[in-house]
Amino acid sequence: MSNPIHKFLENTIKPNFDEGGKLEKFLPAYDALETFLFVPGHTTSGKGSHIRDGIDMKRTMIMVVLAMVPALLFGMWNTGFQHFLASGMEATFMETFLYGALKVLPLVVVSYAAGLGVEFVFAIINKHQVAEGFLVSGMLIPLCLPVEIPLWMVAAATIFAVVIGKEVFGGTGMNILNVALTARAFLFFAYPTWMSGDKVWIGGGMDETVAYADGSTGATLLAQATEKSSGFVDAAGVAYTDSFMSSFLGMIPGSIGETSTLAIMIGAAILLITGIASWKIMFSGILGAYVMGMLFNLWGANPFMEVPAHMHLVIGGFAFGIVFMATDPVSAAQTSTGKYVYGFLIGFLGIMIRVFNPAYPEGIMLAILFMNVMAPLIDHYVIEANIKRRQKRTMAVAA
Amino acid sequence: MSETAEATAVVKEPREPLFSSKNKRLLSDPMNDDNPITIQVLGICSALAITVQVKQAVVMSLSVLVVMIGANLIVSLLRNLIPSRVRIIVQLVIVAALVILVDQVLKAYMYEVSKQLSVFVGLIITNCIIMGRLEAFALNNKPWPSFLDAVGNAAGYGWILIAVAVVRELFGSGKLYGFQVIPDAFYDFGYFNNGLMILPPMALITVGIIIWIQRSKNTKLIEEN
Repeated sequence: MSNPIHKFLENTIKPNFDEGGKLEKFLPAYDALETFLFVPGHTTSGKGSHIRDGIDMKRTMIMVVLAMVPALLFGMWNTGFQHFLASGMEATFMETFLYGALKVLPLVVVSYAAGLGVEFVFAIINKHQVAEGFLVSGMLIPLCLPVEIPLWMVAAATIFAVVIGKEVFGGTGMNILNVALTARAFLFFAYPTWMSGDKVWIGGGMDETVAYADGSTGATLLAQATEKSSGFVDAAGVAYTDSFMSSFLGMIPGSIGETSTLAIMIGAAILLITGIASWKIMFSGILGAYVMGMLFNLWGANPFMEVPAHMHLVIGGFAFGIVFMATDPVSAAQTSTGKYVYGFLIGFLGIMIRVFNPAYPEGIMLAILFMNVMAPLIDHYVIEANIKRRQKRTMAVAA
Repeated sequence: MSETAEATAVVKEPREPLFSSKNKRLLSDPMNDDNPITIQVLGICSALAITVQVKQAVVMSLSVLVVMIGANLIVSLLRNLIPSRVRIIVQLVIVAALVILVDQVLKAYMYEVSKQLSVFVGLIITNCIIMGRLEAFALNNKPWPSFLDAVGNAAGYGWILIAVAVVRELFGSGKLYGFQVIPDAFYDFGYFNNGLMILPPMALITVGIIIWIQRSKNTKLIEEN
């Protein structure tokens, strides 16, 4: 308590929120803000024997947010890059980045403000602490949206996702579905014109004043692949490595955070080194997608099916979904074997939906949501199998 | 029935006033504490299917009201004549006859709405609420309480239907009962209708929200576990 700010908070401000203080009701709100700034002073009493980890929830969540920063920064730059590319203007690196930052930051601010607002209200009504879960969701939501989405839609979707996706089930840690994907799915079905097409992905694209340079198209690779698949493959046939590399680096139109597989891989590395995300889910997810891609290659009934399996890993939201969303510890499968099954099916179904259903190019979103719902079932069977196996063993010993 | 038994019955039951507190509860309970949709979770399919527009919901509610009153009254009048072994089929015949009447009236006077409601008018026959009330109430009660029970349950069904339809039509198409309510200025300002509201899942979520509000207001509905 050597820090004067901390002292001031503890001694002057906090008593107002303690029991009997005049702002007693708002203790959860105060507590949430204080623990942002300082390590909480309260510790588990000596009776507890359930040490789970040295870092608390808030630090875990902050690590995930940090892991998303490369994708965020790249997304900002890419927003500007796509804008200047589409309008055919020259721009310096800083101009590009600043243009994108001005486009992206409002989305982030709105998402956090709306989501935390709802969290605070529910914390005060239910008299519990503001849970940290939204720190991650609030960053994921803007990253998985097109840059031109109106701010009020982001706010509406965030409120919907936090209330219907999370609070009705009992708040952070109880949600069945990934909150950020719930928000995205809401927008996808509620305002399809703002979630697909060839304008929303480009900074300033919905603005009538931006004149497109000749030959540039703002559609995502997935949309191009579904709409006129032959064009995609023909163009790719000429410069396949190019298309793979640009998708890998991320200089393509797409949702803000998902275009650059490289930036996402940096995030994935942070998550894996710190042990926060499950490598089992990531690994089996990539495997699942690859297997499905290979199967389609063997089948080859239409040009989209002939897209090489490794391309599937870098286009669309696959990498972003599998790294940041599928590994959400709350909505994923909990058992070790379950995680392999869960991840594999996400990759498998994601590519399947993507190729089979042209109406839903972003199959990975639906695949993750679907497997979120299935995760408890997977866990159930894994546990049942385990019980049976051990029962057999004890029977054998007893006999 | 022997004479003595009849006499005692008459002595025991003095004539009940038409709106005794018991009878009033028959009307009010289904509106809230015993709502067919939100508490008993019956008749959900029609609640999901025809709540895109308020007009459809109103017509549907009225149709159910008419069928239910008719069926409850007829079954209640016949309750001592129906052999209990074949009672379900007798009830079905009564309900089906009434539904066909309603369907014909709708076709004659409200052709457009009747086309939109399409199969769901016919499906009133299998509406669990009606069958449930016939089985649980009309078979054992006199015509007047049965009538009140029918009105109460149909109203309880109807208000949920209309409430859901109001939410869905307002946010889904910016209209109420077919009239535009959200002013054009909003649209010019960048407002958009919510396409998800038109889709059936949103009806389920809206019903869920109504159940949530109802249970948080009426704490005796909360189950312990």
